[in-house]
Amino acid sequence: MSSSVYVAGVGVISAIGNNVAEHLLAFEQEEAGMGDITLLDTIYRKKLPVAEVKLDNKQLAAITGLPDDMSRTALLSLVAAREALTDAAIPHFDTLRTGFVSANTVGGMDRSEHFFIDFVDNNSKGKLKNVYNHECGSMTEIVADRLGITDFITTISTACSSSANAIFYAARLIKNDVLDIVIAGGADALTKFTLNGFNTLMILDPAFCKPFDENRAGLNLGEGAGYLVLVSERVAKKMKKKLYGKLSGYNNSNDAYHQTASSPDGTGSYLAMKGALEKSGLKPADIDYINLHGTGTPNNDGAEGAAIKRLFAPDYPPMSSTKSFTGHTLGASGGIEAVFSVLAIEHGLIYPNLRFKTPMNGLQLVPEKRFLKDQNISHVISNSFGFGGNCTSLIFSKI
Amino acid sequence: MKVYIRSAVCISPQNTFGNESFLSEVVEYQGTRLRVIEPDYKAFVDPKSLRRMSHIIKMGVAAAVVCLKNGDVEIPGAIITGTAYGCLEDTVTFLTRVIEQDEEMLPPTAFIQSTHNTVGAQIALILKCHAYNNTFVHKGISFESALLDAMMLLKENESDNILVGGTDEMTDTSFTILSRLGLYKRFPCSNLNLYATKTRGTMGGEGAAFFLLSDKTSEKNLAELTAIRTIYKPASLEDIQKKVILFLAENDLKMDDIDVVITGKSGDTAHDSIYEQLNLSLFNNVNLANYKHLCGEYPTSSAFALWLGANIIKKETIPGAVIERNTKKVTPRKILVYNHYQKIYHSLMLLSAI
Repeated sequence: MSSSVYVAGVGVISAIGNNVAEHLLAFEQEEAGMGDITLLDTIYRKKLPVAEVKLDNKQLAAITGLPDDMSRTALLSLVAAREALTDAAIPHFDTLRTGFVSANTVGGMDRSEHFFIDFVDNNSKGKLKNVYNHECGSMTEIVADRLGITDFITTISTACSSSANAIFYAARLIKNDVLDIVIAGGADALTKFTLNGFNTLMILDPAFCKPFDENRAGLNLGEGAGYLVLVSERVAKKMKKKLYGKLSGYNNSNDAYHQTASSPDGTGSYLAMKGALEKSGLKPADIDYINLHGTGTPNNDGAEGAAIKRLFAPDYPPMSSTKSFTGHTLGASGGIEAVFSVLAIEHGLIYPNLRFKTPMNGLQLVPEKRFLKDQNISHVISNSFGFGGNCTSLIFSKI
Repeated sequence: MKVYIRSAVCISPQNTFGNESFLSEVVEYQGTRLRVIEPDYKAFVDPKSLRRMSHIIKMGVAAAVVCLKNGDVEIPGAIITGTAYGCLEDTVTFLTRVIEQDEEMLPPTAFIQSTHNTVGAQIALILKCHAYNNTFVHKGISFESALLDAMMLLKENESDNILVGGTDEMTDTSFTILSRLGLYKRFPCSNLNLYATKTRGTMGGEGAAFFLLSDKTSEKNLAELTAIRTIYKPASLEDIQKKVILFLAENDLKMDDIDVVITGKSGDTAHDSIYEQLNLSLFNNVNLANYKHLCGEYPTSSAFALWLGANIIKKETIPGAVIERNTKKVTPRKILVYNHYQKIYHSLMLLSAI
């Protein structure tokens, strides 16, 4: 039960790149992925910026081999999951017990929206094909089938912490000797449903988001997918390829304060980070980089900042929100940012927190503004907090 | 280490909630849809919070709160839920408004409560419970995934008194769409006659069942939850048989050791053929029980089956309403729950008397 879980492969797609290499380049060149809405048919075009993946469904279908009327969430998921699995290049893959644990928040909602336009007028109308894969689990199933994974598949949905919890659960499936390998992470595509939902909450910034800034005005929605290939110690020992690191700590705590808002003192965030540190046996001073949840909303960043202050003050590790590049990819964010955290260790990187100017009142937290190379990064904490008070922190460590 | 079911609470289309009679009187439904019998929620949930809650949240929260109370636990060590469809009522409300109002003047409440983790979140909020909180949303094994999580947490010694539940609601919209997709019978049927029609389709259902799991012994414990396994797209009937035998062997058991198999027979001939064949082969010498004529078919119905199995063991009796075959004259001490959803997701849950 105490054995370690290692990261053997990574894959990611978001507004700043279609694979790992493109992401590293975008970070170095400080190129954010936000822009005008081009893919969704919505009244918010040219009004609200979003961070779209720069491929339409036809292009994603061509890359993945899936049909182009498939939910965009499944298309994005397959791109990143396949990259991760190819990257891991597990020897004798077929002989091992393999699982796929994926996360998302609204399943095939992008297709259901098409169905409902006709259905709302007349309940006997609407192409059933468009609603057939509405369920969150359908996204996972479609991708697992393409990857040839049958031993274990499941889906987690805990709002914006979904894919961090998928990674967490996957690691425990390995530790409990249920599986040898798990591809874990999550995916979410932009939908009218989520865009309008977040807009009714008045937490979308009409400009590019400014995480952790005193004058932050909300988040920008994004989309994408991010996956890790996690392997058991036994599999890790047999691998010739260098491993990225290990998942050394994790914790899931609930803020239990409000359905959507975080408590002002960030109770849930604090408990998640503190619990993950305890699990890993590390002290706050051991952490070399915090990949913030940092959505850019006044509420989240205030709560997360308060929790960081309580846990780390007075000596703060470098920190940044990569959502200043990718936007908030919701159910995908924990997976995408886990990939970034692992890459930070692998390449000695700290990513810039774009557009930061003024520290939040009373917190004086200054995220890293530049792209830093050649850093010695041994331990990274990655935060993912969501609606329903669901707070999860993961810690990745060098081996 | 053993995992015990300390308490089990079920809201269903039968009188299962707060009722001592244990299915002695079965409620009959005509049609193709079974709706839960709504408890007086005000007795369990603050009326102020209740007003904002959709049907699935009410069911889930009430079942969870009573489950904790029956288990003498105030704050659980973890809250884990499984739901395939999530909060459908709120999802459809918000989606319909987005379309009908052309994205303008939308109230946020339905969106806020549409996320799949709302039931688990509301339970945490009401209890002020900061513990581990997770939600699984994987079709016909949503509840089983949650249960596996709970059992692992106990084995890892991470927490005790784990609250785990399965919930799904049927709304008018989902019933219309699932009917169009051909899940249900094309003619009205009585649930008491569900298995006799020998036709395609089943009857739709819904419900919420919550369980309190602990590794501590107690007189209150209903049964031991010995093991759980899910199987995705088995290759053949032989493959299923092999996996059932292997599952039992891993728990030092043979088929002969099992007293009752609770199967997920749904009345749909295309799906029931698997059970029919197993009942004549692997399950040939065992007592058989069915449950979907009581709660209808839905992706987390296995939570109803677990509630049924745990109570059969505790009460040492099999309600007449669920018996398909009762040839083995024994007190039920080992129960295997075998369910499959749409032939794609199969699950095995093993219960033992304490």
